[in-house]
Amino acid sequence: MPESESHKEEAKMRKRILVALCALAVVSLLFVGCGGTQAKVIKIATQSPLSGGMSAVGTDIKNGAQLAIEQLSGPLVKLGYTVQLAPFDDQGNPDTGVANAKNIVADPAILAVVGHYNSGVQIPSSEEYHSANLVNISPANTNPKVTDRGYAEINRICGRDDVQGAVGAQYAASKGIKSAYVLHDKTAYGQGIAEYFQRQATALGIKVLGFEGTEEKANFDSILTPILASKPQAIYLGGMFDQWAVLIKAARQKSFKGLFLSDDGFDSSDAAKIGGDALLQGAGTYYSTVSGPASVYPGTAKFITDFKAKFGSEPQPFAAQAYDCAAIALAAIQNALAASKGKLPARADVAAAVRALKDFQGITGTINFNAKGDLTKAKYFIIQVTSSDPSKWSANKIDQTLDIEPPQ
Amino acid sequence: MRRPLGSKTLREILLPLGRMLVFVVGAGAVFSCLMLALALLCRGSGVDKLLISTQGIDILSYTLVNLPQVLIDGVTLGFVYAAIALGYTMVYGVLEFINFAHSEIFAIGAFAGVEFLIAMDKLGALAAAGPLGSYLYLTLALVVSMGAAGGMAMLVERVAYRPLREAPKLVPLISAIGVSFALQDIIRLTESLTTGQFYRVMPTFGEFDKRLPLFTIPRGADSSLVDIQVKSIVVIGAAVLMLVALNYIVNATKIGKAIRSVAQDRNTAALMGIGVNAIISFTFLIGGALGGAAGLLYALKFTRIDPFVGFMPGIKAFTAAVLGGIGNLTGALLGGIVLGMLESFAGAYLGTFTMGAFGSEYKDIIAFLVLIIFIIFRPSGLLGEQVSQKA
Repeated sequence: MPESESHKEEAKMRKRILVALCALAVVSLLFVGCGGTQAKVIKIATQSPLSGGMSAVGTDIKNGAQLAIEQLSGPLVKLGYTVQLAPFDDQGNPDTGVANAKNIVADPAILAVVGHYNSGVQIPSSEEYHSANLVNISPANTNPKVTDRGYAEINRICGRDDVQGAVGAQYAASKGIKSAYVLHDKTAYGQGIAEYFQRQATALGIKVLGFEGTEEKANFDSILTPILASKPQAIYLGGMFDQWAVLIKAARQKSFKGLFLSDDGFDSSDAAKIGGDALLQGAGTYYSTVSGPASVYPGTAKFITDFKAKFGSEPQPFAAQAYDCAAIALAAIQNALAASKGKLPARADVAAAVRALKDFQGITGTINFNAKGDLTKAKYFIIQVTSSDPSKWSANKIDQTLDIEPPQ
Repeated sequence: MRRPLGSKTLREILLPLGRMLVFVVGAGAVFSCLMLALALLCRGSGVDKLLISTQGIDILSYTLVNLPQVLIDGVTLGFVYAAIALGYTMVYGVLEFINFAHSEIFAIGAFAGVEFLIAMDKLGALAAAGPLGSYLYLTLALVVSMGAAGGMAMLVERVAYRPLREAPKLVPLISAIGVSFALQDIIRLTESLTTGQFYRVMPTFGEFDKRLPLFTIPRGADSSLVDIQVKSIVVIGAAVLMLVALNYIVNATKIGKAIRSVAQDRNTAALMGIGVNAIISFTFLIGGALGGAAGLLYALKFTRIDPFVGFMPGIKAFTAAVLGGIGNLTGALLGGIVLGMLESFAGAYLGTFTMGAFGSEYKDIIAFLVLIIFIIFRPSGLLGEQVSQKA
């Protein structure tokens, strides 16, 4: 092609791109305009891992909140508001969580955040909520730091790791365990709970043979060699099922016969999918949790039926808690609306209204928050894995149920 | 005329086998000696006292008791790394660029093979297969893995690298990183659309999980049993077979000669009537097939895979290729074995020798640290780069 012609061609191309860009800009402006006209929208955001390895639990946290909004937003609709769910995918990753939190804070229609599955994601993200006075009600974050910072906006309706780790150690002692090896996944959550377990275990006279963190997800050979050489009666696993189910399988294949004890991060039917029969071998696999299977709670029968009808599967752990979180948010927004005489309430007022709720009847029990945002009394469970079939995960045997007040 | 072909065939089969044996025994002996020397040095130190108080065993016996298991794990891992490393090194030899998408080719191989086995499992074929049948299905799955991964590698070369072949060296490198990310998400997307799963788990079948007891080591009052899993033997065996086959193809066949000539000088090779594009495609095919097979072996050994499974083994195999001397097939083999051993030793002993200050989570850091130090003193790798003829 001669040069002048190619220049002409190029100029034509540029013009075309320019026109396309202009058209795009006009269209996007139109959309923005539309958003402005719909004034009376209230949004409740969820943040949980919707993609990646923890998406089974994360998606059901979103679904639980969605169900609550569909079923319980009636009073707000009567006042002329549309209530919407704004689901965000934090990918179980602190960076993504914080980026999402910035977007959430920037949307004035969002009055509450239900969420986070991982404490390591909740802790940095909630700094954003705190500086915007946006209320956050967590269904699953158990690290003590979540509420120990004393933020007025941050609440949770589950137990704490300092208690949960200790509960695990007490259970191990009651099983006659004399020596244990402690592993964690180096996250705020996993390492935290492992430390609390270790502290209580040592106090109860269990010999802790080793305390180690690892991010390894597949090849546990070299990690297991020294652990198995030290012949522990039990191995405590602080962290998530996606790592530990593989480790349990590898350890059983190396003919480890002892007991495995993990935490609420292990509570996912995917653990059975990955671990299979290995979870039942030897002295068995146990986990402590702050959320029993939905069927344990007296008020959840209807929730389970509705959930199955809508989403076609048994709710994963924390789905019922997410339902309650959204319910609490809706009730608090209603109260705040009543106080502000129908005007859209300020975020700080909603946060205050959440703390002010007294004896809120949720499906997982009666909810009262203390001054830090913890439940005045939380439930802790020790559960034994009884089936390698993932669909029977919620039928695992509950060995112990405890009601414990949070430390002050 | 004598039969040069026959003797050459035999030579090209025996030579790599001999090399592997030397590498495995050599690397194992060197690492074992270093470890035992370290244990001797540590006698009477705090580490020793801690071990005696907690486990009733002194440091030297502790090292000795764990040694056989560590060696077995190291060799298994080493052969997996070696099989992946060959893919990097072959492409580097021919095109002089690092195919960073190779780790995803590995993942595709793992997924294809595991999906095939899961499908067979659903049909009930795996449960019905006898001991021989289970090996047959594993072989079939390997073929599926190799086909899928080799095909994908060729496709990637055609789409993402060939148009950039004359571009500056950094351009195809960026393209490779892009392809790597794209493939990760393509696997993720395909899996979530078809099965809705993020993890896939290798079905349990045959006798691969069985452990063959080798010998027992007396250890104070009781004893430690040293055993090897059937699947570790399968992994090592399959990897050895493939490496020998690859060596044969490259060094003793006509197409291998063509590959070597393209690696040496692409333009002259073209003048001699060699179809350069076809040869480069073929290089990607066998490199990819080898990576795919390694993926399935990895899945067999470690049972669970996800779309990001290729990343760490990929990085480590790349390291192994550099360690051995990139572009050098024998070097990749040696590099893989050394890195596998290094990782296995660091993982097993680091925590004990540092009294828990550095746990086995630091094994990768140790492995890469050794690599950096080594590369400073010998930048062209253990056996040297093989690109000098190209200049």
